Amino acid sequence: MGILSKKDAALILDPLADNNPITIQVLGICSALAITAELEASIVMAVSVLFVMGMGNVVISLMRNIIPSKIRIIVQLVVVATLVIVVDQVLKAFAYELSKTLSVFVGLIITNCIIMGRFEAFALANGPKRSFLDGIGNAAGYGFILVVIGFFRELLGSGTLLGIKVLGDPIEKTGLYAIGYENNGFMLLSPMALIVVGLIIWVQRSRNPALIEEN
Amino acid sequence: MAINTEKNTYTIAFAAVMVVIVGALLAFMASALSAKISENERLEKQQNILYAMGVNENEGAGSVSFIGTDKVAEAFNTYIKEQIILEGDKITKDPNAYLIDLKKEETNAKAGKTRKLPVFIGEKDNKEFYIIPMRGKGLWDAIWGFVAVDKNMIVQGVYFDHKGETPGLGANIKQRYFMDDFIGESILNNDNYVGITVAKGNNDPTNEIKDDNEVDALAGATITGDGVSAMIKQSVALYKPFLQTIASN
Repeated sequence: MGILSKKDAALILDPLADNNPITIQVLGICSALAITAELEASIVMAVSVLFVMGMGNVVISLMRNIIPSKIRIIVQLVVVATLVIVVDQVLKAFAYELSKTLSVFVGLIITNCIIMGRFEAFALANGPKRSFLDGIGNAAGYGFILVVIGFFRELLGSGTLLGIKVLGDPIEKTGLYAIGYENNGFMLLSPMALIVVGLIIWVQRSRNPALIEEN
Repeated sequence: MAINTEKNTYTIAFAAVMVVIVGALLAFMASALSAKISENERLEKQQNILYAMGVNENEGAGSVSFIGTDKVAEAFNTYIKEQIILEGDKITKDPNAYLIDLKKEETNAKAGKTRKLPVFIGEKDNKEFYIIPMRGKGLWDAIWGFVAVDKNMIVQGVYFDHKGETPGLGANIKQRYFMDDFIGESILNNDNYVGITVAKGNNDPTNEIKDDNEVDALAGATITGDGVSAMIKQSVALYKPFLQTIASN
């Protein structure tokens, strides 16, 4: 056995597959629609959420015994907003270029329902170590789906991956475009993200029937 | 621990303490870092202005690459010959014109005051550039930028930036492939200062037609594109008297 007990390892691994925040818990759909038109944006968002969620879960978990339950949602919001703003300010001062790339994500991270969801469902009832593992596990599960959606939307919508023209040039008609292939502009629009999520959910549930709810 | 977290007094006390701690933390951060942040912003403005007039480190058809922050101050002195402020009919030179806050000037103008309009005159390879700052609205938040024209009102370069447009869609106004399309377009159409429109379906995706005052729009970013069109049109209108004097010289 490694550093983590079986139970702790499950905290990280479960959200990657059978308890994925997007496909099973259906949380964080809004940001999954908003920023997955490009693979790069998906990756940036995934990494940012990983950081905020790991930290936020620990902070909330440390405070769990003193947070008044009547205002716990407000407290959670304050914690996540403070964390994000502090990180944003530090980046602006010491890594300005990076902060420019991330600035559009700041608002999306604060309002990401996965973060609030995990605070509420896990960190308020568990110790800091387990909360940390739960945080990065869920963020990784979320990020994984984001990257998959971003991959397909950018590839089929723009014919590029991370900005590199992998299918040839649509204007010069080289590569795949030479034989009549066209980019599907519809893939760039938000509804297609939802449809891709739907397809992932379909694949996942048909592979593991235990996930299908009984009516 | 024997704290009753359900009591109202506790809840209120907790909220008060939390607000004080978080407020103090944020205020401390903001004041400790503000000097460094505003210095970064100042350098960025210089980089943006130089970028519009073609002083940058772009290679091939890749991504946007500014002149390095270590060299930008020197390059700014070398290439920007003159900075002037237009205030009504008055024209003043000011080496810090680039620090003028366009948003504040906009508010001043609404309050009935004369607005200060900065222009930067650059020179590179014996060619003059007139660089005009712009500010407008995208889909979610502010967009801004700089457009550099020569004395024939042909665009020599642009730079766009935004506060919070959608990544992958509207945010792409700051990509090379979008900004480069503007080069060579004219902001004049039969002596009318019309600016440049970001147009859907202009059947010119390779941007070969340079006399139509149009560039090809970004898919999925209609409102941001319209914002860019409006921003250029508005700025060109504001600077029209100045541009006319240049064009007639």
